Amino acid sequence: MFPSAFEYYAPKTLDEVYGLLAQYGDEAKILAGGQSLLPMMKLRLAAPSVLIDIGSLGHLSSATETAEGLSMGALMRHKTIETSHWPHYPLLRETAPWIADPLVRNRGTIGGSLAHADPAADWGAALLALGASVQIESRDRIRHMALEEFFVDLYTTALEPQEVLTRIVIPVPATAATFARYLKLERKVGDFAVVGVAITVSLAIDGTVAQAGIGMAAMSGVPFAAHQTESLLVGRQLTPALIKEVSESASQEGDPESDRRGSAEYKRSMARVFVERGLSQILQQWESTQSA
Amino acid sequence: MESRKEDARRMVSVTINGEMRQGLAEPRTLLAYFIRETLGLTGTHVGCDTTSCGACTVLFDGEPVKSCTVLAVQADQHQIDTVEGLETDNVLHPLQQAFWDNHGLQCGFCTPGMLMTSVALLQKNPHPTESEIRHGISGNLCRCTGYVNIVKAITDASHKMQKEPAEV
Ligand SMILES: Cc1cc2nc3c(=O)[nH]c(=O)nc-3n(C[C@H](O)[C@H](O)[C@H](O)COP(=O)(O)OP(=O)(O)OC[C@H]3O[C@@H](n4cnc5c(N)ncnc54)[C@H](O)[C@@H]3O)c2cc1C
Ligand code: FES
Ligand code: FES
Repeated sequence: MFPSAFEYYAPKTLDEVYGLLAQYGDEAKILAGGQSLLPMMKLRLAAPSVLIDIGSLGHLSSATETAEGLSMGALMRHKTIETSHWPHYPLLRETAPWIADPLVRNRGTIGGSLAHADPAADWGAALLALGASVQIESRDRIRHMALEEFFVDLYTTALEPQEVLTRIVIPVPATAATFARYLKLERKVGDFAVVGVAITVSLAIDGTVAQAGIGMAAMSGVPFAAHQTESLLVGRQLTPALIKEVSESASQEGDPESDRRGSAEYKRSMARVFVERGLSQILQQWESTQSA
Repeated sequence: MESRKEDARRMVSVTINGEMRQGLAEPRTLLAYFIRETLGLTGTHVGCDTTSCGACTVLFDGEPVKSCTVLAVQADQHQIDTVEGLETDNVLHPLQQAFWDNHGLQCGFCTPGMLMTSVALLQKNPHPTESEIRHGISGNLCRCTGYVNIVKAITDASHKMQKEPAEV
């Protein structure tokens, strides 16, 4: 299987990328890891006449951690994130191994995943839970946007044709006692989620929830943040009773569709199970750090 | 038409199994086809051609990737390793020998990809547990063996390579 013919450019600088985007407009597509775009082009679901391979923009493949947060280059591969260690952001390492399979993770990038905006994507759910924002650059301006605004619709983002997603920025969590889980139901290993639930919780010294993030994959037409459920958690003591209450709430948020991966009802049930399971594991983990 | 097609092709140079090789490729030519048809190395198989099966796995700068989902032009000036590079002087790589000894293959179609994934796995993690092996090869499908003997073979190779470290 072959894509339709296209012209290929591998610019070395963002300026060259902007030049090509200005020249070709929406005939051009950016190529990052190629793990969503190339399969679509082979199936002729996409047929851009120009590909701009941004793989040589080295400065976009690393992360910098500061007191304010973690800034990740858009070209960081899933595999790099899986094997990195950022103790303040445990959700990243929890999530990465669930994406696709090891071979796809060796090429696919975090920026490509967000720009592709599949509602079932794992990074979408995790980064919403983390309250991430994105940095978008074009020749004329740099803009920052909450990830939630970046996801506009099914496979649709706020990116304009002349723009490049350059960085993903995660704010530092409220407390150092930050725990996370990513729970995913797949029909088979390496598949997209039937349902995915990303949970990050930061606890105060007395065990009350200082900050909570819950992101969901495949529970809506876009990656989805369960804000109601998050707000039920904040300021309260994490207990089995509270966990029961919020997991019921989580299953009522979102707007899942019945599809070949499962019925809407099944997805809601699994969201409830995952929120309960994830938070219970976090409670246990916190308790064990207390008794140690 | 023919001349336009010629125009679109460009020279791609790769270091494949340690050897510098060049060939012309259209931008849309996938690395798997460039390796098989242009460079004539047919050990790399194309199974699904839809990024699902891993039969086309090669090492790209040392990392296993699905070569049906990489463009040949993206490999220009990079290092590629395929199954043909595993044996040295007619001696099988310990992983190849272990697949043979443990019946890690039946039809053999998935084997080149399985081997390349396992080579990279053992380089990173010379003593993987069964679970690490199973997760490590989860991007490679086998329709024959049921995986049990593949896992056995990789475990066996990891023991043998510990005794006599092999060059890859
Ligand atoms: C078999 C298989 C299984 C998979 N399973 C999962 C899974 O379980 N969970 C999951 O989340 N994902 C899964 N994926 C998708 C995978 O994570 C992709 O890597 C990801 O969706 C796209 O990243 P990429 O770097 O490969 O992007 P590409 O394919 O290169 O690009 C994707 C899109 O984003 C645009 N783009 C890329 N980078 C930028 C940028 N910096 N700025 C602007 N636009 C950009 C491209 O133009 C294109 O439209 C799977 C893929 C495969 C092939
Ligand atoms: S042929 Fe490449 S993954 Fe199946
Ligand atoms: S041996 Fe036949 S597919 Fe694996």
